[in-house]
Amino acid sequence: MVEMEGLGLASVGIVAIISVFMGAVLAIQMAFNIDTPLIPSYTIGFVTRQSVQLEFSPTIISLILAGKVGSRIASELGTMRVTEQIDALEIMGINPATFLILPKIIASMIINPFLIMMSMLLAVGGGWMAGIFTGLFPSAEYIYGIQSFFHMYDIFYALSKTVVFAFIIASVSAYNGYYTKGGALEVGEASTNGVVYSSIAIIFMNLILTQLLLA
Amino acid sequence: MIEGKNISKSFGDRLVLDNVSVKFEKGQTNLIIGQSGMGKTVLLKCLVGLLEADKGQVFYDGRAFSKMSFNEMKEIRQEIGMLFQGGALFDSLNVEQNVMFPITMFTKQTQQEKLDRANFCLSRVNLENVNKMYPSELSGGMKKRVAIARAISMNPRYLFCDEPNSGLDPQTAHLIDELIKEITDEYNMTTVVVTHDMNSVLEIGEKIYFLYKGKLWWEGDKNNILYTENPELQAFVFTSELTKRLRPVKKIGG
Repeated sequence: MVEMEGLGLASVGIVAIISVFMGAVLAIQMAFNIDTPLIPSYTIGFVTRQSVQLEFSPTIISLILAGKVGSRIASELGTMRVTEQIDALEIMGINPATFLILPKIIASMIINPFLIMMSMLLAVGGGWMAGIFTGLFPSAEYIYGIQSFFHMYDIFYALSKTVVFAFIIASVSAYNGYYTKGGALEVGEASTNGVVYSSIAIIFMNLILTQLLLA
Repeated sequence: MIEGKNISKSFGDRLVLDNVSVKFEKGQTNLIIGQSGMGKTVLLKCLVGLLEADKGQVFYDGRAFSKMSFNEMKEIRQEIGMLFQGGALFDSLNVEQNVMFPITMFTKQTQQEKLDRANFCLSRVNLENVNKMYPSELSGGMKKRVAIARAISMNPRYLFCDEPNSGLDPQTAHLIDELIKEITDEYNMTTVVVTHDMNSVLEIGEKIYFLYKGKLWWEGDKNNILYTENPELQAFVFTSELTKRLRPVKKIGG
């Protein structure tokens, strides 16, 4: 529970802000790019929902979390390593990897899907608010659009990606932090490496999972 | 008793410990001394299993530690208390939780029993009214004392201290030394202290091993270290003005 709070609930704010603005920008861009009356305006809602659901929320938010949560995990474990707290656990007869890393991986894999679902809702809501405030598209059409052609499998796809990305974020960052050697400089390096490597791994896995699950 | 036999350890091409054999008796404060970089901490880490020696074996009361399975090693480790150089207190836990941590992990005591034990250990190291403070709020000496309290919370048979006085003022350093000695006598523990502090050597060194360039160079106790004829040890011991004044004057003509 403590890990879920630290790794998940503490990220609710940033995820919410990014999601609302992401959805709003997507909807506005879509409205500006539809310049033919042949395409119905509910398309804006539909495309916004699809983009958010399939890619923006699971991948972009996971990359944001790789930065926020990944650096937190790597620097926490790195500091514990250089201040001999991990050695202290080992001396007590506790397996430090199991004790410190496993709860972080499990917590991330449980809490991240909730964050991503929240992100999807807020992003779609952000698009709707953009329509209200700019008057670029009618609210009713947008709502009709976000309800159209919905496939439950898309949610399964998005959440499957999220769980894999959560595992990558927690494990790659934890590895970098756990094997830190040296002092403050190396903790900083471990933190940066954790973010960089987990982001690269997320992008690669995104491609592989998309091919596997949607092809 | 803890015994290390023919321990060697290298890091890459650099030989840090070269065939070192040591024996630490029960109920004694055993010291490993030497200049920085001579392998003291590496020897300590080989003894407790934080580093794996390239050669040699470690025995805890006759039990071959190096050859043990993970679970057997775990049992021995629960009999070990260790005081790290920086204290190694868990930042996210307060003083009380730090001291209770090993008890929580390895016993089924009630919360009240654990609290009582933590309070006893804290009072044993002369700390009061710090239970709810976090490590970041403590001074260096207090951190060391909390770390000692945590180390003795499970009634260990073996106590290891890595430079317990580093970074402390002489009075606090003296207090820590006294505490280590008292606890060793009280619980009849086998205590091993790594230090380069000559005050500690002269106060608590019941058995002293001097390491030089990764080798065991001299062994003795606090009573005969000042009379050593070993030039490397002399250079180490009589560095400060204070210890120079303690240097025995040789009688002319023997």
